[in-house]
Amino acid sequence: MLRYIGKRLLALIPLLIIISVLSFLIIELPPGDYVTRYIADLEMKGMKVTEEDTLRLRAMYDLDKPVPVRYVNWITKIVTRGDFGRSFQYNRPVSELIWERLGLTLIISLITMVFTYVVAITIGIYSAVRPNTLFDYVFTLIGFIGVAVPGFLIAMIAMWLSYSKLGVSITGLFSAQYADAPWSLAKLENMLERVWVPVLVIGLSGTASIIRIMRSGVLDEVKKQYVVTARAKGVKEVRLLMKYPVRVAINPIISTIGWVLPSVISGESVVAIVLNLPTTGPLLLNALLNQDMYLAASFILLLSTLTVIGTVFSDILLAVLDPRIRYQGITK
Amino acid sequence: MKEAKKSKRKYDGDTQSLMTHRQLVLAKFKRHKLAMVALVLLILMYLLCIFSDFFAPYGPSERFTEYSAMPPQSLHIYDSNTGRLIGPFVYGVKSVRDPETFQKIYEEDREVILKIRLFERGEPYKLLGFIETDVHLFGVEEGTVCLMGTDSMGRDLFSRILNGGRLSLSIGLVGVFLSMLFGLLLGGIAGFYGGRIDSCIMRVVDLFMSLPTIPLWMGLAAAVPRDWSTTQTYFAITIILSFFGWTNIARVVRGKFLSLREEDYVLAARLCGATDFYVIRSHLIPSFISYIIVSLTLSIPGMIIGETTLSFLGLGLQAPAVSWGVLLRDAQNFRSIATMPWLLLPSIFVILTVLSFNFIGDGLRDAADPYSG
Repeated sequence: MLRYIGKRLLALIPLLIIISVLSFLIIELPPGDYVTRYIADLEMKGMKVTEEDTLRLRAMYDLDKPVPVRYVNWITKIVTRGDFGRSFQYNRPVSELIWERLGLTLIISLITMVFTYVVAITIGIYSAVRPNTLFDYVFTLIGFIGVAVPGFLIAMIAMWLSYSKLGVSITGLFSAQYADAPWSLAKLENMLERVWVPVLVIGLSGTASIIRIMRSGVLDEVKKQYVVTARAKGVKEVRLLMKYPVRVAINPIISTIGWVLPSVISGESVVAIVLNLPTTGPLLLNALLNQDMYLAASFILLLSTLTVIGTVFSDILLAVLDPRIRYQGITK
Repeated sequence: MKEAKKSKRKYDGDTQSLMTHRQLVLAKFKRHKLAMVALVLLILMYLLCIFSDFFAPYGPSERFTEYSAMPPQSLHIYDSNTGRLIGPFVYGVKSVRDPETFQKIYEEDREVILKIRLFERGEPYKLLGFIETDVHLFGVEEGTVCLMGTDSMGRDLFSRILNGGRLSLSIGLVGVFLSMLFGLLLGGIAGFYGGRIDSCIMRVVDLFMSLPTIPLWMGLAAAVPRDWSTTQTYFAITIILSFFGWTNIARVVRGKFLSLREEDYVLAARLCGATDFYVIRSHLIPSFISYIIVSLTLSIPGMIIGETTLSFLGLGLQAPAVSWGVLLRDAQNFRSIATMPWLLLPSIFVILTVLSFNFIGDGLRDAADPYSG
């Protein structure tokens, strides 16, 4: 077991290096850079910018060096000092800007995942036990919609419905008085009151697909001979269900846990932009549109790192639960 | 095909065993009602969008400046004043000022009846790019017929949705074609040769699958220069979308290759001196083509949603181009949703298309699976 975990963690290192190179390259791709734009802006306003000023500005942001050197500088500072560079737009260190937003993204994603699994597995089992009832049909329909409709559309439609029918706005994660306030118990409470809208919106697609997998899995199992035998011997229905069919049906769901986190974080970033949540999505979009490269690169790097670590973590969890994967990993 | 039909007549009791694989799949697919409905809907949607110049009453950039931000005009058949049957028509619209906010609001003018006429002449266009004409399927002589309202610039939303469907619907097909090329190639190499190459390629697939796609899409799309033409941007976005879309197909193909290359008939072909390419082309690909078709069908919606998302965020196709995502961008902020909710209508087209592709994919999967009932 330890060997398996060790192997997975070792494999993480090259992966993270590739991700960091990738994030940096993506941000390097657009032609021109922030300083060029900044200077063009200044000149538009009628200010004179000398050659010297330009060079000084470029040197300040390390832009005068070739790309590989810049990458090495950037990544060394991150690893050794936790310094992600400076944001051009905000003129502040990137590390001051990202952590709170990243934390909120993580919290929302985790709540979404817990919500998704608890709700979807329960509904899936219930639908399978009572197939072709109204309950089953309603959730099959919701399931189809959830799989087909992208999160940001659901968010927009929910926004419109809540505004036109209830007259409330569901945007934002905090009420106005808490938005800029320091963290406190009251702020946390305020967040928990509002967090369920994004959680529902982001979680819908995942929930829908898990309901479908769970339902068909349990439905296949409950028809089998051993269930009939157990029932004939007088095992109580709930116990019978939980002990065998559910345990078999839940396997495919557990084995794909690792893929759910990337899609949740991915969905979160767009929904956050629509619902105007103070998480990574809106800031990343803004940074990308303004070529604020260190900020954007740090976001992409950290979001990707987060999901990759999450994937490895879920793989390890899976190996703990399922010995077959453990041994397969070693013999390979 | 012909032979199968003939023998069908002869042996009525046991037709199934005499049908070719393709006939079996088709017959099974036709029994899947939801998939058939979806197929019809989708064909309709594509036709509407391909011939959008004809089906739409107006051109995508034709403006009615005095009717900007007008809510949808509803279609009537009976005159509400007299109860008389008129046939399809819309009432005229007059704009008044809200006495409190001084904002422009529109009211139906029950006195003015604008009959909808078929094959009305309107803005000239080139059908399919070369047939010059100015005939539109329907239109009104005077006034406007904006069945889905107008945007803030006074352009007919229905016409723009149909026109935007061209880009949105085609990007799914082109994108899937590109991912199929990547996926087939890389998955095929991995599965056919196995060993070190296989584990290398599969590592890359794992890497791609564990990355959050949308932030990366956003990063790549932001790199597309703003001054590129619509065509250039279109292909850039398609390539970005398929850059992450190939992994699924590669996994399917690799899995099939791995299991099939151990089969006796492959070994036999090898012993007979068949080249790798020959074995792949005439033995391997035919045996899993149905799986590929299914997974391709199921990955088209992802592409369409991807384009819509990127354009919606302002990172994909840009304003003079019209696509569903570009149209939805107008409804991005809270205020426009509150005051002009009809700008959300393009989303219904997105949802219908995506649902249809999903149903067809499900239907094909059931039909192609020899073990399902």
